[in-house]
Amino acid sequence: MSGILGMAQDAGMFMVHQTIGSVLCCKCGIRMQPNAANMCVKCLRSEVDITEGLLKRLVLVHCPECESYLQPPRTWVKLQLESKELLTFCLKKLQKNMNINKVKLVNAEFIWTEPHSKRVKVKVSVQKEVYNGAILEQSYLVEYVQQDHMCESCSRVAANPDQWVAAVQLRQHVSHRRTFYYLEQLILRHGAAARAVRIKQMDHGIDFYFSNRSHGNKFVEFIGKVAPVKSRSDKQLVSHDSKSNNYNYKYTFSVEISPICREDLICLPPKAAAILGNIGPIVVCTKVTNSIALLDPLTLKFGFLDAEQYWRTSFKSLLTSRQLVEYIVFDIEPVSSEITVGGTKYVLADAQVARVSDFGSNDTQFSIRTHLGHLLKPGDHALGYDLYGANTNDMELDRYKGYIPEVVLIKKSYEEKRQKKRAKARSWKLKSLNMEVDDKIKVDEDKRDAEYEHFLKDLEENPELRFNISLYQNKDYQPSEVASVTEDDGEPIPSVPDDELLAANLLAAEFDDLDLIEDGDGEDNMAE
Amino acid sequence: MATRLQFENSCEIGAFSKLTNAYCLTAIGGSENFYSAFEAELADVIPVVKTSIGGTRLVGFLSVGNKNGLLLPHTTTDQELQHLRNSLPDQVVVQRIEEKLSALGNCIACNDHVALAHTDLDKETEELLADVLGVEVFRQTVAGNVLSGSYCALSNRGGLVHPHTSIEDLDELSTLLQVPLVAGTVNRGSEAIAAGMVVNDWTAFCGSDTTATELSVIDNVFMLRGDTRPGDGFDGMRKSLLDSYK
Repeated sequence: MSGILGMAQDAGMFMVHQTIGSVLCCKCGIRMQPNAANMCVKCLRSEVDITEGLLKRLVLVHCPECESYLQPPRTWVKLQLESKELLTFCLKKLQKNMNINKVKLVNAEFIWTEPHSKRVKVKVSVQKEVYNGAILEQSYLVEYVQQDHMCESCSRVAANPDQWVAAVQLRQHVSHRRTFYYLEQLILRHGAAARAVRIKQMDHGIDFYFSNRSHGNKFVEFIGKVAPVKSRSDKQLVSHDSKSNNYNYKYTFSVEISPICREDLICLPPKAAAILGNIGPIVVCTKVTNSIALLDPLTLKFGFLDAEQYWRTSFKSLLTSRQLVEYIVFDIEPVSSEITVGGTKYVLADAQVARVSDFGSNDTQFSIRTHLGHLLKPGDHALGYDLYGANTNDMELDRYKGYIPEVVLIKKSYEEKRQKKRAKARSWKLKSLNMEVDDKIKVDEDKRDAEYEHFLKDLEENPELRFNISLYQNKDYQPSEVASVTEDDGEPIPSVPDDELLAANLLAAEFDDLDLIEDGDGEDNMAE
Repeated sequence: MATRLQFENSCEIGAFSKLTNAYCLTAIGGSENFYSAFEAELADVIPVVKTSIGGTRLVGFLSVGNKNGLLLPHTTTDQELQHLRNSLPDQVVVQRIEEKLSALGNCIACNDHVALAHTDLDKETEELLADVLGVEVFRQTVAGNVLSGSYCALSNRGGLVHPHTSIEDLDELSTLLQVPLVAGTVNRGSEAIAAGMVVNDWTAFCGSDTTATELSVIDNVFMLRGDTRPGDGFDGMRKSLLDSYK
């Protein structure tokens, strides 16, 4: 009827305004506007119950340990009470039954229930067509009974808490732990060990345990991207179900990090030198990521070896940073212009240096070529390798017949300046992974502390090292004391600028104060 | 006072019967209950005739008539025509007409003075209506439906129309027909009024699904309660309000 009127109006005809009259409801006799059923809504509701045949009581299987609900057949979904996701989950169970009864879902909301009652109540509004055209809307209550049932992963954990499925054994056969301190910070920053069940500190390395093979694999790939590694994996059969042909294995990944570290002095075997374009056999390692950057200090030529290439010609370092000796620079004369290699500047220079141990006592001086021309000035202290006096045990060095420099300077030393200021608290601090330490192996506490301190100093001096690491503001630090002291020095010691520091409470939920905030929110939800 | 009945378990009694002030036609059913109900009410006053039209039992849908005459579709057989001519009083003119809209009862609603017709009715049919039935014919729709015969039940004292009829339409129709009109339903909310009930000046018959409210509306508008005023008065309403079960 309205269609005809509409068409007529579109055609521009004059239409009399139509007022809808009222009729009596055929059941109760009250006046009402006519509708498709010609009954008032109350009579219609009393006639027809559109919720007949709909599910009103359902079961939700819930794991009390991990607060998750079962989605048949086997998935467990973590859901919060009275959340949108839980509502969607509950309504999905009703959907099929509603489609069969040709009922349309219009609205749904939670009705508050006490959490200990193990009931979830949802008020659902549905619509259905009755009596050739009239659409009736009705709301009703659906009650979900929560049954407790431990999910598979929780029951496995409860049965044997030390159970792991994949283990990653990270090893580096060097006498210091600098790499592992650095890796620890990297792992924290990227959250690579978030899924580890257990972390254990071992001699020359760290063990990570995971509950899933894919987590272990992901971790190994992450390590492969940040360090030059060689890895292999193995598996061990734990149990076998012959009926369903399910095999349970334990997987082990053995990852070895190359022993070449930053600031190491290396004598390249001829094969490796050939790959790199015949750079001089004595090279300094400047940077280690997933490839090793090598710099020839005499010619400023550089080369990169990635993990595969390194392990093919695996060579060891000649001298490591333990064997650094302090030198004092008398004279420096740049020979070449500034060259930038991989983001760092170098200037080739001739220098006159003497060992600090020789300084007062004798006149031994060395005239050498160094790549630190841009950093050093006469009177500076520098750290370097003493090839003149070193007693090395390297086959390659013995075989090499050409020129070997006597001293190779590596970096500038700030020891003097540091000693002027007593060990002040730093304005920044680092987080650490919670590792289990094996009690059986004797640990030299002082040595560990000294190594860690050394690592922190390294971080201060090298902004490129800090690039991938999160530094946090130290709340206990008081800047006022320090300000007075730095005015004395012409040249301040390197420190970390404040804008690189992260405020402590920007972190992910490992800090205690953030946990408290979450609990507060949870309580608010319950009160609603 | 309106009576409730069924024809073979169907409440659409307007399809199977035709009631006027001079005669009543009923269909031939398996049991005699339908015919007996009419007979009980009307036998002393007017003839009640059992018939079929064109071999079908849809007497109410196919024929239209008032006290002056009866019009039948072209599908009516000669025997039925003769039977009707014989059974009905002489002053009732029985005529078979050629009309392509052969369900005359659905297309035309009439009382003794005026008729509402389907808008597409033939000119000859309209003239025949005016001649045979002695009525003034108005081509009108009821609530936008062209089948004015099925959505409107008319007697000389009042009329009941489709419930969705607007107030302007009601006024217009009422002016044309010169009787009071009410929009209402019959048979528990059914909109096909003439299919659910038959009425004349002093009695009415409705389908058994008709609720008490609908019955009271019918009694009111067709003034069946014996007193001429259409208002309330509990004694008058008593019979329609209190259901009786047979």
